[in-house]
Amino acid sequence: MSLLLVIEQVLNGLQFGVMLFLMAAGLTLIFGVMGLINLAHGSLYMIGAFAAAAVAGATGSFLLGLISALAAAAAMGAIVELTVIRRLYKRDHLDQVLATFALILIFSEGTRWVFGSFPLYLDVPNWLSGPVTLPGGIEYPAYRLAIIVVGFAVAAGLFWMIGRTRIGIQIRAGETDREMIAALGIDIDRLYTLVFALGAALAGLAGALVGAIQSVQVGMGEPVLILAFVVIVIGGIGSIKGAFIGAILLGLTDTLGRSFLPVLFGTVMDPSAATAVGSALASMLIYILMAAVLIYRPTGLFGRV
Amino acid sequence: MTREGIVNAVIALGLLLVPLWALWANEPFTITLATKVAILALAGVGLNLALGLGGLVSLGHAVFFGIGGYAMGILAQHAQTFDPIMEAPFLIEGTKSMPVIWLVAVVSSALAALAIGALSLRTSGVYFIMITLAFGQMFYYFAISWPAYGGEDGLSIYVRNEFPGLNTLNPIEFFGITYVLLLAALFLSARIAASPFGLALTSARQSPQRVETVGLRPFRLRLTVFVISGAITGLAGALFADLNRFVSPTMFSWQMSGEIMIFVILGGVARLFGPVAGAALFILLEHWLGGVSEYWLIWVGALLLAVVLFAPGGLIGLVTRGQK
Amino acid sequence: MSAPVLQIDGVTKRFGALVASDGVTLDLRPGEIHALIGPNGAGKSTLIAQIAGGLTPDAGRVVLDSADVTALDTAARAQAGLARTFQISALAMEHTVLQNAVLGALGARGGRLALFRSVLDDSELREKAEAALDRVGLSDAAGTVTAALSHGQRRQLEVAVALTLNPKVFLMDEPMAGLGMEGTAAMTTLLDSLRAEAPILLVEHDMDAVFKLADRISVLVAGRIIATGTPDAIRADAGVREAYLGDEAPA
Repeated sequence: MSLLLVIEQVLNGLQFGVMLFLMAAGLTLIFGVMGLINLAHGSLYMIGAFAAAAVAGATGSFLLGLISALAAAAAMGAIVELTVIRRLYKRDHLDQVLATFALILIFSEGTRWVFGSFPLYLDVPNWLSGPVTLPGGIEYPAYRLAIIVVGFAVAAGLFWMIGRTRIGIQIRAGETDREMIAALGIDIDRLYTLVFALGAALAGLAGALVGAIQSVQVGMGEPVLILAFVVIVIGGIGSIKGAFIGAILLGLTDTLGRSFLPVLFGTVMDPSAATAVGSALASMLIYILMAAVLIYRPTGLFGRV
Repeated sequence: MTREGIVNAVIALGLLLVPLWALWANEPFTITLATKVAILALAGVGLNLALGLGGLVSLGHAVFFGIGGYAMGILAQHAQTFDPIMEAPFLIEGTKSMPVIWLVAVVSSALAALAIGALSLRTSGVYFIMITLAFGQMFYYFAISWPAYGGEDGLSIYVRNEFPGLNTLNPIEFFGITYVLLLAALFLSARIAASPFGLALTSARQSPQRVETVGLRPFRLRLTVFVISGAITGLAGALFADLNRFVSPTMFSWQMSGEIMIFVILGGVARLFGPVAGAALFILLEHWLGGVSEYWLIWVGALLLAVVLFAPGGLIGLVTRGQK
Repeated sequence: MSAPVLQIDGVTKRFGALVASDGVTLDLRPGEIHALIGPNGAGKSTLIAQIAGGLTPDAGRVVLDSADVTALDTAARAQAGLARTFQISALAMEHTVLQNAVLGALGARGGRLALFRSVLDDSELREKAEAALDRVGLSDAAGTVTAALSHGQRRQLEVAVALTLNPKVFLMDEPMAGLGMEGTAAMTTLLDSLRAEAPILLVEHDMDAVFKLADRISVLVAGRIIATGTPDAIRADAGVREAYLGDEAPA
């Protein structure tokens, strides 16, 4: 197994990881500030992807598609928050689960109604379509590298926003003490809508970026949503830092597991059995990681006790 | 008789009379629909024990439904190909006998519930929801990537399994089996709810501190009910696979977990017959709306949203106007 | 003097730089009511949690009936005979009063919980629960849903559940809190009669009740016991007056 292959897979793992971070960051913010579990976050991811594919397909501009994805997901997030989600903050988790599950059904079938059951395709823009040569002579797709860069940039931006800006102070206040934000004279309703729309925009961005690598179709959001949950369980709920480290850890574990476990088993088994056992085990690896974290620290690596 | 008691009796009788009428009217498809209702209701009765009595919002009950389904699929597959499951150190062969399949389904889903419960019940609230959902996904991907039993395509079983003394290929007789099992599970649930264990468990849902202070441990109560709950849902999974003569990874999917939960909620959480009413309503909607629009799930979503926001007691709550 | 039933021996708990319990030592003798008083923030809740089992001390021991229970969890301490009541009622609100009392009797009986027998048809549990409700004067409310009880009745129910546990020790966290004059008087009479059953470690803010009921009083200030003694001795203690009682001390 060559070093080049390992580096390539590590980069793939990072790319997967930052995507998961964009999803998990919104979820964990929404939970941290509003105490809401949002199953429909995957739908916002899907909406971002569809908006990007539709607009890029019509205009031929990838950037325009990306902007529409952000706008569409944020707008849909704000609408949903104003109409449904804000009725749920005071409800128990069961009601939140059910109502947001209902939203998944509505969004998924609604999208199928509008766009049909066939997948859409979003093309990687020309200026990012080729490979780039990294130091050491590694060829890596420019688009995937761009995703990694965008992901890290968004992560840095979020850390800056939460640590240094006025809105960030309000968010942190909301996480630790809900009474306090009212006492500080902050408009809670507006803050909640804003946080929800921000989380939605991050999900929409993730959906659009991934949409150019995979096909854009109904149901694409939920598997990513569940992985983002695993990230949050590992990282600790309400923690952006936990979400980031959890996401990278999960992205690397999954990607490296899938490419190297079958090879690893191949050293002790015959090839077809090794592929079967290796890939089956690889598909379970992140959940085993989650179980291990649960045994070691039930509140997650960076969760508050 | 309480108002809820009357509603329960009407539901139970209705579920029996509809297929009997269908038999007389020669409408075998209606019998199949009723069978589906009985089986899905059984899965819901399982979840309702954990959710209604224990307050455990499990979004991973498809795991047990799927394990039950695969228990049936694997045993029947080996029986129909005459290929033993293992020969050493001792011989285990497949089987077409329902009671044996049920036993395997119940035991294996109970074991899975024990493992998943032991891990996920270390947490509570949102964590528990996310973790059960994640474990469900783990089984789903495992079933897809494990090639020995059909992988993504699943397993088809050519002939329905056998039950001593009955002709299971006759729809009404198979319905009878599922109906009796459903009633048995309902009886079991009612007994558990009224038992010392049930009192301790429901108290732990309302005030875990109180339960600890009288010398009982909420974790053990919850784990116990989670295992019983998983076992019942597993049994339902075996029957569902037998109804379709087919099992695939979709039985493990998060949508399946969500649907089982919808049965419980549409009917009314912690209501004994809630899952039966919910499953019946769901199948009726699927049948009617599915005939009108390809996108019928939108209306299910809208209905669910309306129930959660405006009618928290579910269907039975509406009919009994909140009375017990 | 007979051996103490409950001994708290050098219990210390730190949260970062804050020392919430600083080498707390006190004991509870058969037949007595030992009151623990102290200003808000003195560390009473932390101490209660360490006695009841919710928190493990950093140092020191909790000894119940000559057995070291420091390493045991809340449930095990309850089984060992520690009956705790809560400041904010922790009851199963959807259940009836009788069901809450039966739950206590069920926990006290121990062993495996039956899955299929009816709990309310169990005459042993029921009689014990009814006796406890009778003792606190709640018999008439047995069939009432707990959420419908008045605040004072919930306090009584807390005590009734504790009674069903065959306690060796009562640990009561502000049983008078929020009660009116009449309620406080009734609760005082009830507690007075309970000490015959098992000694009471009484954490309480109501000074009138404390000085009326207590055989001994310990004063907790900033995590430390600054004085222990009879009500008269505490009333006269200059250190206590200065640190805590101030002008509030009853004459």
